[in-house]
Amino acid sequence: MSTGHAEPQSFLRKYIFSVDHKVIAKQYMITGLIMALAGGFLAYVLRAQLAWPGDLEPHAYNTAVTMHGTIMVFWVAMPVLVAGFGNLLVPLMIGADDMAFPRLNMISYWTFFLSSLVLIASFLVPGGAAGGGWTAYPPLSADAQYLGQFWGVNLWILAVALEFVAFLMGGINIITTAMNMRARGMSMWDVPLLVWELVVASIVFLLSVGPLIAGAVMLLADRTIGTGFYAPEAGGDPLLFQHLFWFFGHPEVYVLLLPAMGILGEIICACSRKTLFGYRMIVWSVIIAGLLSFVVWAHHQFVSGIDPRLATPFSITTILISVPFAVHIFAFIATLYGGSIRFTSAMLFALGFLALFLIGGVTGIVNGSAAADIYVHDTYFVVAHFHYTLVPITFFATFAGVYHWYPKMFGSMMNETLGYIHFLGTFVFFNLIFIPQFTLGIMGHHRRISDPRIYEYLQEGQFLQVLSTIGVIGLLVFQLPFIYNFFASMRGKPAARNPWNATTFEWNTASPPPHGNFDAPLVAHRGPYEYSLPGDGPDWMPQWLPTPEQPVTSDATVASEDA
Amino acid sequence: MLSELPENISTFGGDIDNVLTIIWWITIPWLVAAEAALLYLVVKYRAKDGVRASWLPASARQVAIWIMLPAALVTVFDVYIEVCSASVWHTVKEEVPAHDQLVRIEGRQFAWTFTYAGEDGLLDTEDDFTTINELYVPSNKVVRFHLEALDVLHSFWVPVLRLKQDAVPGRTIPGWFEATREGDYEIACAELCGAGHTVMKGRLKVVTPERFLDWSATTIERKRLAQNKPLIGQEQP
Repeated sequence: MSTGHAEPQSFLRKYIFSVDHKVIAKQYMITGLIMALAGGFLAYVLRAQLAWPGDLEPHAYNTAVTMHGTIMVFWVAMPVLVAGFGNLLVPLMIGADDMAFPRLNMISYWTFFLSSLVLIASFLVPGGAAGGGWTAYPPLSADAQYLGQFWGVNLWILAVALEFVAFLMGGINIITTAMNMRARGMSMWDVPLLVWELVVASIVFLLSVGPLIAGAVMLLADRTIGTGFYAPEAGGDPLLFQHLFWFFGHPEVYVLLLPAMGILGEIICACSRKTLFGYRMIVWSVIIAGLLSFVVWAHHQFVSGIDPRLATPFSITTILISVPFAVHIFAFIATLYGGSIRFTSAMLFALGFLALFLIGGVTGIVNGSAAADIYVHDTYFVVAHFHYTLVPITFFATFAGVYHWYPKMFGSMMNETLGYIHFLGTFVFFNLIFIPQFTLGIMGHHRRISDPRIYEYLQEGQFLQVLSTIGVIGLLVFQLPFIYNFFASMRGKPAARNPWNATTFEWNTASPPPHGNFDAPLVAHRGPYEYSLPGDGPDWMPQWLPTPEQPVTSDATVASEDA
Repeated sequence: MLSELPENISTFGGDIDNVLTIIWWITIPWLVAAEAALLYLVVKYRAKDGVRASWLPASARQVAIWIMLPAALVTVFDVYIEVCSASVWHTVKEEVPAHDQLVRIEGRQFAWTFTYAGEDGLLDTEDDFTTINELYVPSNKVVRFHLEALDVLHSFWVPVLRLKQDAVPGRTIPGWFEATREGDYEIACAELCGAGHTVMKGRLKVVTPERFLDWSATTIERKRLAQNKPLIGQEQP
């Protein structure tokens, strides 16, 4: 079980080129959160242009839109949710002392870091960063003449490719660790839900990313040596790229969603003092959703020029994938029943996630219906829909996770009052941004235009654009309490081992866990969520405790230390 | 929100609006019920002194009632939506009815070119004629189009027709519409096509069949007079 590396002593080996999963997790998270500031700034830039069209060149507007999407999906959601929380929590939750391949883990982070530098460098080359949309559809992206930029798009492809290499290494690590390094007594039916969700997400990522890497290599070859994979005059086909992109791109949504749902599961159980309502059912729904996610991709392409007879089969699979997720969400809501809910900042963000994600899920039905999609495709309705899914995933789940596991990252507690302010502002202003965009979409407002005022049919919608932009400004302002809280709390109130009285392994060890994680190897004696068992004992029964009837002294120590 | 839909002037637009309406009235009650349940549980089961949470590991029966039954209902509604949707999709996209007028629509950075089959009803013959950024069509007649792109992807988007179709280089994508009301409407490009994507605007001019015939006859005549030079411009009917 032991990965056998000793605790390094030099600053460089301990904090920079570290092989410790907890340090690597923090590196991923902090890099991701810094990139989120860049992505957020770009959102402000493009929203300001839409509300008060002004000096921004159309080309610069396209770059802002493209890089906002690219950064938020690939450089924020992926590193924070999958690599960040995955690295931090998988070994801790299964009682391992590190990831299965610590050095591969370090290489994974530094490859990701390099990809971030390449992406940032793309802003500095002649022609600027890529402006062909985050989906980079050819021919626009395949030939420099159409966008007037050569290096910007080349570096974009290189950065994305490097990033995927990094996450391939990370995904292999997560799967191997969860499969091979679980503590004695811990079957796969005893691991916390988050571990399951990360494993399924990693498998889905590994299976789906190959076609996109092939597609990206062909795109780069088209651009640089004129191969013509996507050029019809050379025998290629632009739609080929769309299939390869979305064969990866739609499963990717679930690669992000599943870890977010896992984070939610842990927090909802711990903060409502309830066992999960139907653990195995949820795991099966996750697996089924993971499988279905491979056969829904063409719903992004109903009106793209594919054979129209393909639309209805893909429409059916798409609408059906709502069923396992409905099961998943219903189970979370049902978990609250009979609970004793503690409104920590983490729990507020988790509940906020549920409230918003329901809207995202329901509006997805409109896009999933091929006939309705003829109208709403490529309008602001789609923009609002996917932000109602991806913002809860990328930010609400992340914030919930950070507030909840901050003790295991930095050994101290975050300020809850600032957390409440952060939640309220984020929740209110998020809705202010995107509810108007649903209406704009219904008005027919198409995406990616930099000046809506030139269309007569969009005149009446302009005040909605202004509302939406005010929402972005408010949302960004309300991230300041979080940023302050995140850094200031590193010197905050020291955290106990188990501040939330939770049951999973990571709460057994010190906050923050030492190198090697646990004082002694743990043994799992029960499932992950034994909260509020009948009787008069403590209302939580940790996985590591041997006998449910007689709490042994070690538990008493932990409990009294927290009291 | 659905009241914000622009006016509809196509024969199939009403069907698409119906699908939107059906989805709206199915999903909104579900959404409200789910949000209400969430809010109710959160308020009712907030932590209170001395009240311990219940141990509810979800028996098979509870799962059946509280999860599988709602999920089965979701499936039933999904299937209903899909049935409504599939037939409308079939009408709009899979079957092109017999047409009265044939037009080739070409998208390029950053304009639309419309080529009309002349009196012979065929494209690529002597009597074709073209307009740029203005599409004239007769009302209450089936217009068949062949959509093409000359450089990058574009998307032919006419909100009042409820019609959107991407144009792809190397492909000719057939489609159709029948406009029911005369007037002057907007055409946009709905697929990012470069720096001029925003300004890739066109106009749809729906005129009576009589005026359309007059206009096309005049246009063809002028083209003949101009000795087969392609006519580019904004002829008024």
